[in-house]
Amino acid sequence: MTAPKPAELRAALDERIDEAAGRWLDEALADIATGMRAIGTLFPAAGRKCGRGPLVDDVAAVESETLRSWNSEDAVRALLLTALPLTGAELGTEISALYRYGDAAEKRGVLRGAGVLREEPELVDSVLPLVRDALRSNDTGLIAAGMAEFGAEHLDAPAYRQGVLKCVFLGIPLRDVFGLPERADSELARMLTDYARERSAAGREIPNDVWLVVDPTQLHSAEEA
Amino acid sequence: MRIFDPHIHMSSRTTNDYDAMYRAGVRALVEPSFWVGQPRTSVGTFVDYFDGLIGWEPFRASQYGIAHHCTIGLNPKEANDPRCRDVLEVLPRYLAKDGVVAVGELGYDAMTAEEDDVFAAQLELAAEHELPVLVHTPHRDKEAGTRRSLDVIRESGIAAERVVVDHLNEVTVEAVAESGCWMGFSIYPDTKMDEDRMVRIMRRYGVERMLVNSAADWGKSDPLKTSKTAHAMLAAGFEPAAVDTVFWSNPVGFYGQSGRLRTEAPALGDGDGTTYAGNSIERGKR
Repeated sequence: MTAPKPAELRAALDERIDEAAGRWLDEALADIATGMRAIGTLFPAAGRKCGRGPLVDDVAAVESETLRSWNSEDAVRALLLTALPLTGAELGTEISALYRYGDAAEKRGVLRGAGVLREEPELVDSVLPLVRDALRSNDTGLIAAGMAEFGAEHLDAPAYRQGVLKCVFLGIPLRDVFGLPERADSELARMLTDYARERSAAGREIPNDVWLVVDPTQLHSAEEA
Repeated sequence: MRIFDPHIHMSSRTTNDYDAMYRAGVRALVEPSFWVGQPRTSVGTFVDYFDGLIGWEPFRASQYGIAHHCTIGLNPKEANDPRCRDVLEVLPRYLAKDGVVAVGELGYDAMTAEEDDVFAAQLELAAEHELPVLVHTPHRDKEAGTRRSLDVIRESGIAAERVVVDHLNEVTVEAVAESGCWMGFSIYPDTKMDEDRMVRIMRRYGVERMLVNSAADWGKSDPLKTSKTAHAMLAAGFEPAAVDTVFWSNPVGFYGQSGRLRTEAPALGDGDGTTYAGNSIERGKR
């Protein structure tokens, strides 16, 4: 699983939005690129102008790993970010302000959109605090966006593990967590095994997702011991 | 009876009020940003307040089947505090939000030079963001303040039908009626305007361009004053259609000019809609 390319997002969007919305988006992209209009006044309007809801339908979602968890408005906002004529720390400052003044949907757009941008160390420095802010919240949409491409790629191991555990706690599907096959380590397996044991001991249901990381035989041997 | 309260400060009301308002027929409302009793001393507290007006408060309203919108602006009272002046810088971001249907409350408090500047700057923002404007008229020196507001509105070039001048009374209504702006009235338990006086004004001026609100906030006020005035209209012989014009079609027509009005309470919140960003209005059930 890799982050989608801007062209993929645009192609998927064009399937979903009408001509007027497409025109609004083209004009917004041009105005941001030339500095005609501030991204701060366009970013909030993404859902209103181009619609909301999943970017790809259920059938396409099965085929497209990268677009499955994206909403249309996330895609619009990611494209708006790519139009910014800024790099490095300046880009990071602009993106941080969009997050600070954004509503929940805009914050998701920032976190998902950051994964689409060209990677720069200054950008990572700016966006990682936003990811941590999202993971401190109890907003499942925000946490899922925090554990999408950008956040999951750049969080350090302890924060990544805590993020995964919080997703399991809140019922966020682990298939939406980026990089799990590569980043799941023995410590994460221990944490989730302990969690599953705790649930089991309390006679409570164990979320299915833990078996993506936990070895069921470990759970049983511990119970019998 | 369906009611749209075009001016009520729900952040300072309880869920009991939401419940009572729904029972009385309130299905939609607009919460103008205004001062909050305790003076604010930084831009940050304004931003948190604005975030509540577009975030938590619409969710709370939706839990009671009420569509919540807001107006965003730097109010005249706090426009005089240099520590709050930079709120103007963040307004463009908030005026672009989904639930924002007007710029306001603007206008005058003590009619200072600072209030002049901030009022004019925000009228420009309204034009830029294609939003209607909610103008507050001062408690003191109301008549002069109303006339001065109308002058500033005229000079700004904004169309009169995109402006409501609020908190009017018998003395100030005439000038606003002539200006072509919408006429706003706040019905309070003891001050400003009551139901019967409101009915007399509507007898004289008709129901077109009339917006009647409870303006309920943290002070002595009553969130059911809209409903009570509607019943007073019926008792005075107004047709139900005229009541519907004042309490539904007029606010829908005025704020609808934003292009962002949704008169059905939207499904807000996470997943099953009982929480917003992980927080609920329940206490102890969960």
